[in-house]
Amino acid sequence: MKTARDPFRFSTAAYITRVCPLEAGSLAELSEALERSSDASIFYHTFQSLHRHHFLTEGYSNDFAQWVLAACNCSELAERLASFDIRDYLSLADLRRDFCWAVRDYCQTYPSRAEAPAFESFDFLEAVEVAVPLDLEAANLREFVEVLARLSHASIYFHFISSRLRLHLRTNDFSLWLERNLGLPSLADRINRIDIYTHTLEGVQRTLLDLIARQGA
Amino acid sequence: MPPDPAAHRVIHLDDYIPVVGEPEIAEIRALASRLQDQSVQMVNSTAVGGGVAEILNCMIPMFQDLRIPVRWDVMTGGNDFFEVTKAFHNALHGGTYDDRAENFEIFLAYNEQNRQRVALDSSLIVIHDPQPLALVAGRHNHAAHWLWRCHIDLSRPNPLVWDFLEPFVIRYDGAIFSSPSFTHQLPIPQYLSYPCIDPLSAKNHDLEPAQVRAIVERFGIDSGRPILTQISRFDRLKDPLGVVKAYRLVRSYFDCQLVLAGGGAADDPEGGAVLTEVREAAGSDPDIHILDLPPWSALEINALQRASTVIIQKSLREGFGLTVTEALWKKKPVVASAVGGIPVQVIHKHTGLLVHSIEGAAYQIRFLLSNPALAAQLGEQGHEHVRENFLMTSNLKRYLALFLHLLCRH
Repeated sequence: MKTARDPFRFSTAAYITRVCPLEAGSLAELSEALERSSDASIFYHTFQSLHRHHFLTEGYSNDFAQWVLAACNCSELAERLASFDIRDYLSLADLRRDFCWAVRDYCQTYPSRAEAPAFESFDFLEAVEVAVPLDLEAANLREFVEVLARLSHASIYFHFISSRLRLHLRTNDFSLWLERNLGLPSLADRINRIDIYTHTLEGVQRTLLDLIARQGA
Repeated sequence: MPPDPAAHRVIHLDDYIPVVGEPEIAEIRALASRLQDQSVQMVNSTAVGGGVAEILNCMIPMFQDLRIPVRWDVMTGGNDFFEVTKAFHNALHGGTYDDRAENFEIFLAYNEQNRQRVALDSSLIVIHDPQPLALVAGRHNHAAHWLWRCHIDLSRPNPLVWDFLEPFVIRYDGAIFSSPSFTHQLPIPQYLSYPCIDPLSAKNHDLEPAQVRAIVERFGIDSGRPILTQISRFDRLKDPLGVVKAYRLVRSYFDCQLVLAGGGAADDPEGGAVLTEVREAAGSDPDIHILDLPPWSALEINALQRASTVIIQKSLREGFGLTVTEALWKKKPVVASAVGGIPVQVIHKHTGLLVHSIEGAAYQIRFLLSNPALAAQLGEQGHEHVRENFLMTSNLKRYLALFLHLLCRH
């Protein structure tokens, strides 16, 4: 069994939620607030939202889309916002730009709906990541599987989802390590294509283990 | 009935492994391992009764289990102090305030007395609610991190009381609130930590179906027909009369029962009046069960929630709404008003259904009664939402993360 040059060092992250002074009571206000929102806020309502709501595998994409649907009753815009896939973005600034553009465009097209008060306001929050190494590492595929099988949701999320922003690559920690250290590019690619919107974090974990088992760990 | 062992149990973190899984507990231990050289101190104003004491009674043994030195100090004070802090509490909630010059002096005198009595020498100090707020006045020559955990709604405080308290608040390193809507513009960082439930407590632990049946049948409720339930004290803000109206609208389509269960009527004159109004509204309908329960009814509430087909929370205003958390934890479909902390818990069409009117509530209840598979799915997802975000273990983890964040920041 091939041994990695650099072992995979497992970590986890806990998140603190910080309150920001931005809120929106209508789509027009959402448009303005999005322009002024911080990266930490976009992270909270998109990437982190996927963690908090990972058990919802049908129709929940991010907090903005859910609010537009439930509090503003605008399904067309909600669908548009829900269609933004965080895997397509290498930076939070790009993600914010697209949210801003979609909401602004809708408000310009339907000015009366833009000003209609929402049932409840949208409070902008920020996520602060506190990452902690787990004192667990793997030097080959067998060890990797052993640790992977007993990882928490937060650790899976940290390495598989939030890592994309850290790496500034369209991949995740697991795929990167498998490709670079174990020379398994096709396994890395199959893992990278696991759909994080239609899998729970347990589902992601099971699929990872399944894909590696088929590879022959 | 035999005594419920959950009421007086010794708390160990590993007891939560069957609930949240071993990896989650291992992760909490990994976070805690970075805090071994720190010490934590919690200060509040009561050791028993009330939500804060309930949380601390569970949380303190968890910190001990994690081998983080922890102290819990309870403030002492005379009746005059607690009368003043009760007046402050109501005023901070936006209620009226009877301005008496001596109130501020009494508040400061007892805080000073407690500052002399309690050694505030831990490295991480969490002060709960306004009563011990001014203990921070003694903060000097000490590298400790001070946090104010505000469990109440500060969005519309009485300005007189707030102007007096704010200079103390801004001496903290941060304030923690239960909902974004409870916060107030402050020059210090504000954090969010949702209230939580203990899944192993008498109110939330698993019950055998036979036990559930026996308890609800003791109240004369037919466990064979759909049961709609609202658990809340008899308070106009919980809109019990609206719930009776919604039930009547549903009743034209479904042979169901309504349970309105709660307490507060015995020691609250307004609660008594509301209870009377609700009884009048119910009239002679044998399928409306109005239960004025004593404070020690955790097991009964647990059983009533578990026996329910749909749980309603039709509040006009709400804090966080822990009765909703309890219902979701029991995998119940919930129909609730979109007020206070409820939309955080009830994600419309995912973990329950949000409503804005009596008619809306009736319609959504009918929808759930007609679609039991969908109701079950909402219940399952609601359960997962609570497991992930609103359990005592999540709360503990948020504290650990916040402590680590504060220590790294300085």
